[in-house]
Amino acid sequence: MAIWLTENSKIIVQGMTGGEGTKHTRRMLASGAAVVGGVNARKAGTVHEGLPVFGTVAEAMKETGADVSVVFVPPAFTKDAVKEAIDAEIPLCVVITEGVPIHDTTEFWAYAVAKGGKTRIIGPNCPGIASPGASNAGIIPADITSAGRIGLVSKSGTLTYQLMYELRDIGFSSAVGIGGDPVIGTTHIDALQAFQDDPGTDAIVMIGEIGGDAEERAAAYIEQHVTKPVVAYVAGFTAPEGKTMGHAGAIVSGSAGTAQAKKDALEKVGVRVGKTPSETARLMRELIQSL
Amino acid sequence: MDLFEHQAKELFAEYGIPVPRGIVAHTVEEARAAAEQLTGRVVVKAQVKTGGRGKAGGVKVADDAADAASKATDILGMDIKGHTVHKVLVEEASAIAEEYYFSFLLDRANRTFLAICSAAGGMEIEEVAHTNPEKVAQVPISPLDGIDRAKAREIAQAGGLPEASLDGAADLIEKLWCAFVDEDASLVEVNPMILSADGQVKALDGKVTLDDNASFRQQDHAALEDKAAEDPLEAAAKAKDLNYVKLDGSVGIIGNGAGLVMSTLDVVAYAGEAFPGQPKPANFLDIGGGASAEVMAAGLEIIISDPAVKSIFVNVFGGITACDAVANGIVSAFQLLESRGEAVSRPLVVRLDGNNAELGRQILSDAKLSGVELVDTMDDAAKRAAELAAVGA
Repeated sequence: MAIWLTENSKIIVQGMTGGEGTKHTRRMLASGAAVVGGVNARKAGTVHEGLPVFGTVAEAMKETGADVSVVFVPPAFTKDAVKEAIDAEIPLCVVITEGVPIHDTTEFWAYAVAKGGKTRIIGPNCPGIASPGASNAGIIPADITSAGRIGLVSKSGTLTYQLMYELRDIGFSSAVGIGGDPVIGTTHIDALQAFQDDPGTDAIVMIGEIGGDAEERAAAYIEQHVTKPVVAYVAGFTAPEGKTMGHAGAIVSGSAGTAQAKKDALEKVGVRVGKTPSETARLMRELIQSL
Repeated sequence: MDLFEHQAKELFAEYGIPVPRGIVAHTVEEARAAAEQLTGRVVVKAQVKTGGRGKAGGVKVADDAADAASKATDILGMDIKGHTVHKVLVEEASAIAEEYYFSFLLDRANRTFLAICSAAGGMEIEEVAHTNPEKVAQVPISPLDGIDRAKAREIAQAGGLPEASLDGAADLIEKLWCAFVDEDASLVEVNPMILSADGQVKALDGKVTLDDNASFRQQDHAALEDKAAEDPLEAAAKAKDLNYVKLDGSVGIIGNGAGLVMSTLDVVAYAGEAFPGQPKPANFLDIGGGASAEVMAAGLEIIISDPAVKSIFVNVFGGITACDAVANGIVSAFQLLESRGEAVSRPLVVRLDGNNAELGRQILSDAKLSGVELVDTMDDAAKRAAELAAVGA
């Protein structure tokens, strides 16, 4: 079992004909994901990587039955691509593109809400979602882990991979990289809720980093709604104040948003927080063995 | 990117927002000349990208040009929260009747924009927001609907502004929204927004944060960058398109992915606690998911040009780019740097994990690069790098 992405998911790629789109379409196909087509208005009717290219998301959905879109289009065109996916009411839209302006993300999020929230958006600036052994939508390396019963939600790509790898013998139901931008579609809380409801998930790993208060809000949510055990890791304990470390969201301004504040909030509601990624993996291992 | 006050006000003026007349001065003489040109009482204001400058003595009223020169002498070169004052804004003094607060910003939690408005503006606004939150109106603004005159007036009213200020404030707010959207800002703040003695609503101060992600459609923003304040290593890294932040320790860090590198900084700092001098990370450097030889070479080049670096920790998780490719990248980076006469003279600890990790380690040990050590886990590698930095110090 998995959340949001299963072996029945049919994936289309917006921006499939570009460099990144091509590379990762190949990788998704190699991992066994059902990629069924691509979208590029200027190349509609052609075939790319053995797959049909459609003019619009709506047309691609009608022809292939696709229910997931992965967006690789450049930042300048991301807003329009996502709005097109929302208009087509595709259930899941995974936005990999890095460097999308904040005003664009805020606008397509408002647009999704105004259209009734029929499309779940993951990202932008994220590695996507993988349900090992079932499907893979995005750029998470499929071959570093195995299928299992841990759910993972993370702001960071490589830390996701690190933990998926360290716990590869236990395996994952789904791993969701929600991205580190200041405004994102799917949040830690959304993923926690889905994992809590997923019968295929026994325990949850949550990875956060400095900036914003998403982890603090997730802690409050866990206290109220999550009965499955949660282990967490927060990156950025030693990051200096006021410096941006790659992710636009990871800006510490004052005390709120620090790694310590997040760790305290999580531990207060009974979440075990690892000091390093390896310790986090060890905590999860102990926890799974005790279940 | 944060703007200086004078840049924010120049931007405001372009959008028709009333601001006091002002002239930027880099020297005492320039400040004197500016005050002469403006005539009458002026305010000499330190230009630093940090708050609390008024309380630190960085804003002073001067009665005439000679006084302005004297005040500029005090302020130029001053240190405000680690920021050295290199320039001042000399501005005509405003007769203030009332002080308000106004800003547009991103509300991350609710994924929308927010207008914040209060009749209780000035230096104590944060205190007011804490003790009397009802005096600070927070109004969500949909990016789809934006703001018109009526909405702007409604916000000013919600902030408790008096009737006499509403029209002027609504005009300013509407124009400020245009600046916020058209310039791709994530923050525009006017504190104080004043009602002058002659009944005009003006921006007496300005804070603007521009979204770097929008630079592809905001080409003129590059000219607003403060090149002088940039750390030379950070500037060099930026020129190579590297995501680098200079820190004050002695362990050079290279990793792939912002989260993993941030985590590496933590693990190295913890490990350093056990060694003499408690070595800390010298930098943040994310070479991205790809980790190609060219990027690895560029990254190593920046790190070895930092004299504070005593040891280097390369921490890579092979995901999309497998570890054998990363190892080959390190080997070619060494060759590339050696051919340029910039050999890596400090010990380098490498931790490779993930796809083809075994193969990657084999490639590195076969290459017999001098000073390179392979350590299996991130924690142990951090320990070793910290130990080497302590020895090298």
